[in-house]
Amino acid sequence: MLSQKKFIVSHAPFWHDGSRICERNHQIMLAALPALIAGFCYYGPKAIGVAALAVSCAMLWELLFNWVAKRPESVGDGNAALIGMLFAMLMPATTPWWAVVTGTFIAVIIGKQIYGGIGANPFSPPAVAVAIMMLSWDRMFDFDEMLLNYELGFPMIYPLTALKNFGVDAVSDFSLCGLLMGRQIGGIGSTFGLGLIIGGAYLIIRGFIRWEISVSFLAGVFITALLFNFSDPVKYGGPLFHLFTGYTLIGAFFLATDDSSSPVNFIPMLLYGALGGVMTVVIRNIGVYVDGVIFTLLIINLVNPLLDKIRPKALGK
Amino acid sequence: MMVKRSFFGLAKPRFAYETLKDKPEAVKIPVPKKVTLFLKSPFEPNPLVQTGDKVKTGEKLSLYKGNDEYVTSSVTGTVTSISPYTGDFGKSYTAIAIDVAEAEEQDDAFKGEPSLEKARDFLAFVPGAPSLNSLADPEKPIKTIVVCGIDKDLLMATNPYIVKARTKAVNDGVSILKKIAGADHVIMAMPQYLMKDAGAVGGASGVELREVSDGYPAALPHIMMKEMLGKVLPEGNRPEDMEVCFFSAEAAASIGSAFYEEQVPVTKTLTLIKKDMSKILVEARIGTPIRDIFTACDVSTEQGDRIVLGGPMTGVSVYAEDYPVQPDTDAVMVQANADVSLVSDNPCINCGDCVRICPARIQVSMLVRFCEAGEYEAAADEYDLYACIECGLCSFVCVAGMPVFQHIRLAKYELDRIRAAEEEEMENA
Ligand code: SF4
Ligand code: SF4
Repeated sequence: MLSQKKFIVSHAPFWHDGSRICERNHQIMLAALPALIAGFCYYGPKAIGVAALAVSCAMLWELLFNWVAKRPESVGDGNAALIGMLFAMLMPATTPWWAVVTGTFIAVIIGKQIYGGIGANPFSPPAVAVAIMMLSWDRMFDFDEMLLNYELGFPMIYPLTALKNFGVDAVSDFSLCGLLMGRQIGGIGSTFGLGLIIGGAYLIIRGFIRWEISVSFLAGVFITALLFNFSDPVKYGGPLFHLFTGYTLIGAFFLATDDSSSPVNFIPMLLYGALGGVMTVVIRNIGVYVDGVIFTLLIINLVNPLLDKIRPKALGK
Repeated sequence: MMVKRSFFGLAKPRFAYETLKDKPEAVKIPVPKKVTLFLKSPFEPNPLVQTGDKVKTGEKLSLYKGNDEYVTSSVTGTVTSISPYTGDFGKSYTAIAIDVAEAEEQDDAFKGEPSLEKARDFLAFVPGAPSLNSLADPEKPIKTIVVCGIDKDLLMATNPYIVKARTKAVNDGVSILKKIAGADHVIMAMPQYLMKDAGAVGGASGVELREVSDGYPAALPHIMMKEMLGKVLPEGNRPEDMEVCFFSAEAAASIGSAFYEEQVPVTKTLTLIKKDMSKILVEARIGTPIRDIFTACDVSTEQGDRIVLGGPMTGVSVYAEDYPVQPDTDAVMVQANADVSLVSDNPCINCGDCVRICPARIQVSMLVRFCEAGEYEAAADEYDLYACIECGLCSFVCVAGMPVFQHIRLAKYELDRIRAAEEEEMENA
């Protein structure tokens, strides 16, 4: 052929909307930032240390695995950093350094990479890490003890533990407004409810997470808690109390919405979220754990592939 | 320049088809020095037309004995080469190159009353590439003919232009098509803004006007069948399987003018989409190298640009500027290197954007995994491979930048081949 110029030959379509995996992960991190910063304000340098260590460790684990497995370097997609950040947000500010190193290893390697990396993990990686840590070092999640040395001007008791052990009376000191503003102890980035809600709403509007999952999760929590509360108002906390405590909000907006381990079809998303919400409260109210979110997540992750088989009939079927 | 994901990513992107407000002047590209025509049959030795043969404008060129495929010479000149050519997906064609002579002579074999035989015999290679053979399949009678005054892809306005500029020819063609096909219904499908121009088109008796909504992919046959005719094509079927046949307005105009002027039309109208996305309508002989169009319209190309025949969603990119205009080339699009979107080798992250946008309600995220893994049977049986209407939207939104649409097309192509081979084996056994 006469032409010396080389043109780019590729396949249709020749347009792309410019969305990228790294943008998505960076935006999710951005949305999680207000809640994390609130944690920094309450718990100071220790919390910053845990978060910084978690993010950098997670990225290093990812890089190491890329090298060992001779795969293309994937730290640039922001997913490892996001996993590290979410992991830190679930941990108490006094988490020892070795636990952060171990936890991020579990999250990045066991939670994601061994399945083939991003998009292939069947469970939410931070939830896997926290679940394993809970089973191995359960005292690390005894927030009352872990945060014993803090005096922040609000009751230094973990609301869910108090509720479980002593009933609704024990948590009457917590105002809903206070809970929403993060005036409760817990994971570094899990307590500032308002921040989590704003971040989640931002992600929903921008289409980075699927609203169906978050909304149905929260609805599940609300309705189930309401029913329990009706049946025994002395023993079981109210619906808003359950929404604003523990890992409910971070779970609904940041963990249950993990792309890879959640459904993409409409009805499955609703079922998935609702199931998560219901089970969270059931575990809290009649199970052995004070907070059911993490184990609930693993269970709904497990049923996700089954749920996602419910899909509309394709055109012409 | 590209259409970007909106800040409010929750909302689905919406693409409007190009609207042609007034009637632009089409730029007439001079007759080139050389044309290349593609015959849709693999090359065989000793073709009936030989290098050195003289051909006339409008002359029918059949190359192989016992093969009905032909091309129509768009110029007068001398055949300089006949060679094999490999198209998209490895399809084999025969390329016929003709050097253009000074004086133009019109071939006069085509004349007489309109009939389906005559149309099939002479008008298969006219601008708009009418699917005339579909009208003659005894097993699949055609009851409804849909003539489209809208282009299938974005940014192009070739067929709206034809409706505006060649109303009479379109009308003639529609009446002839109705008659020779023996169809009960003829529908003119047009965007809203063309309806008033179309009043004249509707003049042909027994033609129904129907509006096509202006959002992509409303002009793809499957969607038109569903929206306008209320017929949902069963997956894997073609409109012909449901007694419907689609023609472009240009194809109708070609047929109309052919019978009225007793000349086989050889000049294609197409939309040239420049790097800045401005558009020009041009008229060029079929077989004209696109370089000639670029020269005539001041388009300069550089290394690393992309040249696309067709539109941004469904076109085909080519690697050289001497690629010729085909009877179905409705647009040529040039993208500057900076605007070239590339695919990546990231895996699917299961974000679900493709599922939400797919007009065929396919779970694309699963389908693409099977296609990618080469599990074509499972892709077809479990994940609706054949329901795909080939709109390309899934690739457009894919966060991972995967060539989703290409995986799907390839899977269909491969599975078709595998199944055809199996059938052959069964027959031989
Ligand atoms: S090209 Fe993609 S979006 Fe379009 S119908 Fe096929 S699978 Fe669906
Ligand atoms: S858009 Fe791409 S990354 Fe998202 S689910 Fe579809 S194929 Fe996977």
